[in-house]
Amino acid sequence: MKHLLAEFERMRRRFPPGFESSLVLPCLRRIQEDRGWVADADIDALAAYLDVPRIQIEEVLSFYTQFRRAPIGRWHLQACRNVSCSMRGAEGVIEHLGERLGIAPGETTPDGNFTLSTCECLGSCGTAPVVMVNETYHENMAPERLDALIERLST
Amino acid sequence: MTGRKLLMTFPVTADSHTLAAYRARGGYATIGKVVREMRPEQVTKEVAASGLLGHGGAAFPAGRKWGVIKLNDEQPHYLCANADEGEPGTFKDRWILENAPHLLVESMLIAAFALQVRHAFVYIRGEFDLPHRRIAGAVEEAYAAGLLGAPIDGSAFACDIVVYRGAGSYVCGEASGLLTSLEGKKGYPRNRPPRLTVRGLYQRPTVVNNVETLANITGIVRDGAEAFRRVGTAKSPGTQLISISGHVQRPGVYEVEYGYPFARFIHEDCGGVLAGRKLKCVIPGGISTKVLTAAEIEPLTLDHASVASAGSGLGSGGMIVVAEGTCMVRLLQVLVRFYHHESCGQCTPCREGMGWLHRIVDRIVAGDGQLDDIERLIAISEANDGTTICGMGDAAGYATVGILAKYRDEFEHWIVHGRSRCEGRLEAVGAEWTIPEAELHG
Repeated sequence: MKHLLAEFERMRRRFPPGFESSLVLPCLRRIQEDRGWVADADIDALAAYLDVPRIQIEEVLSFYTQFRRAPIGRWHLQACRNVSCSMRGAEGVIEHLGERLGIAPGETTPDGNFTLSTCECLGSCGTAPVVMVNETYHENMAPERLDALIERLST
Repeated sequence: MTGRKLLMTFPVTADSHTLAAYRARGGYATIGKVVREMRPEQVTKEVAASGLLGHGGAAFPAGRKWGVIKLNDEQPHYLCANADEGEPGTFKDRWILENAPHLLVESMLIAAFALQVRHAFVYIRGEFDLPHRRIAGAVEEAYAAGLLGAPIDGSAFACDIVVYRGAGSYVCGEASGLLTSLEGKKGYPRNRPPRLTVRGLYQRPTVVNNVETLANITGIVRDGAEAFRRVGTAKSPGTQLISISGHVQRPGVYEVEYGYPFARFIHEDCGGVLAGRKLKCVIPGGISTKVLTAAEIEPLTLDHASVASAGSGLGSGGMIVVAEGTCMVRLLQVLVRFYHHESCGQCTPCREGMGWLHRIVDRIVAGDGQLDDIERLIAISEANDGTTICGMGDAAGYATVGILAKYRDEFEHWIVHGRSRCEGRLEAVGAEWTIPEAELHG
């Protein structure tokens, strides 16, 4: 975490004084972006840096769906399965991705390239079905577009 | 479509979201005028007089919320734009964040001036990538131009804006859960009273407004409350961004003047139901609002009073169109799975109730339903109502009871025959995807 401290300090200056606790989420996001997941050592270091209870960080990590305590595949495919996406074929998308990658939601391919997940509404219902790949939304996902996407990410 | 527009007033191009483009449209002239010519209470008075209603779902009058803030009470006040857009079916704030981020920034400056706020926040859901880049980019542009963090136009007024990203939680869209999250904790909602305008962020008076609500402020202050009131209906002044999805020919975000005919909006402006099918029903304002049948929407207009008269609401403007032939049991299954997933676990009735709703609908779909399961779903929904800190459990109950009241026969059919009466379909006919056989018959 140490190499991120300068960035954290810059972030801190944007907040009013006394808002150290608020920095837990942005710091964890940055740590995860950097390492790919949040390690025990990160929790200890962040708790000390912000002077917040360790349990607060543990709670945050388990409460929000985007935080990870373990590494995942290089490409994280998250297929929305809420109402509008389901009405436009999300179940087929999830099935297709699973078959194509040979894994079930929650699993990672043996080569570590892909992790497949389902998720709830991404706020992109007008372009359903939607698959989020790492940070990016891929919209109107028809089967041939899914295949092209996997093809592209595999190389 | 006919009807006046207040937000979608410019053509969206590759750079219409930039500071230069916003300035060319007259942007940041209003905040200049405000700091030079107005007193904070005058701004709040104008907003109150406009009758602007909150666009997050509850339609609470914005001016009344602002009016609770006591000026000169010698403590910091905070302002937060709620950009945690997560009510399924809703994607309209995204339009503002992506295409008019400076309108939000200017509106927040005006609100901050009115409420004596030095530090304001935009709480944006963690999954939003492009919307985040756009609003964060606009904030940086505004800092570089001296509009943020420094006195404006030689006045004493200065304001900072922090863009704060969530990390995946539906309940953080609820204003008090949002503030708890903004304090860097798990997003548990808080009991009221005290109201957030009395004790909000770090126990200080805080106004949390939806992005679209705030986006209207610049126009209201620029053109006056009276001009705003001339748009829409007497009880619902202005316009609403409606995001429409599901089995509809032309999904997307539309700005609708309040009072516009409901059925015409779907059948004409949005191109009608997908693949020429008949309309079965509509979820009018996010999945927490009660479903309305095709016949029920016929006489309605798109404003709060009209939709409320049919027992539902315009909510967050997240409209979902459902075609004839869609299985309502499967639809409810998706809804209760979602609520179960998103229950934060703080209140027992919601934590347990959402699980029960989910498991019961699952077992109906698996072919193991019992006839009294329908009563059981209703009983759980009703027992939940009003017993929890936030409204999520209540909303899940309304959605459940709403579907059961109108489509009970579909549930009875599945329980008795062990299979859907509508082939278990959620997709429109003609879509490439079909439901796996195993899931259909459990």
